[in-house]
Amino acid sequence: MTDATRTHDAGEPGPVVTTPPEEGGAKHAHAHPSEWEYVKIALVLAAITLAEVLIYYVESLGNLLNYILIAMSLVKFALVVLWFMHLRFDSRLFRRLFVTGLVLALFVYTIVLSTFHIFTR
Amino acid sequence: MANVTHSVTEGSHHELQPAHPPTSTGLSNEKVAMWAFLGSECLLFGALISVYLLYKNQSLQGTISPIDVYDIPYTSVSSFVLLMSSLTMVLALAAIQRGDHRRLRVWLLATALLGATFVGGQVYEFTIFIREGLKLDTNLFGSSFYALTGFHGAHVTLGVLMLLSLFSLSLKGRLPTERAETVELVGLYWHFVDIVWIVIFTLVYLIK
Repeated sequence: MTDATRTHDAGEPGPVVTTPPEEGGAKHAHAHPSEWEYVKIALVLAAITLAEVLIYYVESLGNLLNYILIAMSLVKFALVVLWFMHLRFDSRLFRRLFVTGLVLALFVYTIVLSTFHIFTR
Repeated sequence: MANVTHSVTEGSHHELQPAHPPTSTGLSNEKVAMWAFLGSECLLFGALISVYLLYKNQSLQGTISPIDVYDIPYTSVSSFVLLMSSLTMVLALAAIQRGDHRRLRVWLLATALLGATFVGGQVYEFTIFIREGLKLDTNLFGSSFYALTGFHGAHVTLGVLMLLSLFSLSLKGRLPTERAETVELVGLYWHFVDIVWIVIFTLVYLIK
């Protein structure tokens, strides 16, 4: 049993609560990135933002522009959530809580916007 | 029921230290609550973005439209400022986790200043738009645009106030290394505000 899943203070009565190791225990103790890694992520984010603005002015891309911009935005979103918010390194429970809200929002509002034919205008 | 599980989290890069009182999940209750709150915030901003997408081209002919008012280079700089504030925030967290309180204060102040610059830029942008004739009640585009970006701006302002509170606590010596999780919680909120802007910048300003 690791420090993270130890369940009882010496001499203390009462039921024992065990932490599932994949939830809060051992996996919670992954090393976070170094400061230099954070700087590298920030440089990538800055480069993508610059590319977004430059691509915005390319008229010849037509409708493809929107797809490229959304893809770039998703990459930036994922980099911040996984690295800066440590979701890549933290407990799965945090990931589930956040992803549940995110997926629910995407699901509900895609239906709402589809009802108003926003994607087919 | 006695709550007796012990938990550890990463203090510095390879050093384990206790971060919160024992909980039944082994995780910090505050951190679980923060992630649940951020999950629910996705629904709030999802609603505001959807309303904007629905209404932006539904205004009466002859009234002002997005293409008339947006200044993409200006908003790009604002986006860059907010993006870099996420870097300074995560550096503040790294600083307190290794017990470097001087750098913690430097990075917290830098993050607050970058956030305040973003909010200042947004207020300036609003004044320009109003001068050009786009007010809250001008048309559906104006109403949904100000509601969305205004709510986001209010979130950033709240974040700046929390960062300044942390800075003040640290100056008074009331933010020891053991309370690094407080900085982490504010950091999670701050990064969330940043990712919301990443989405707004693309869907509201860039997509034609």
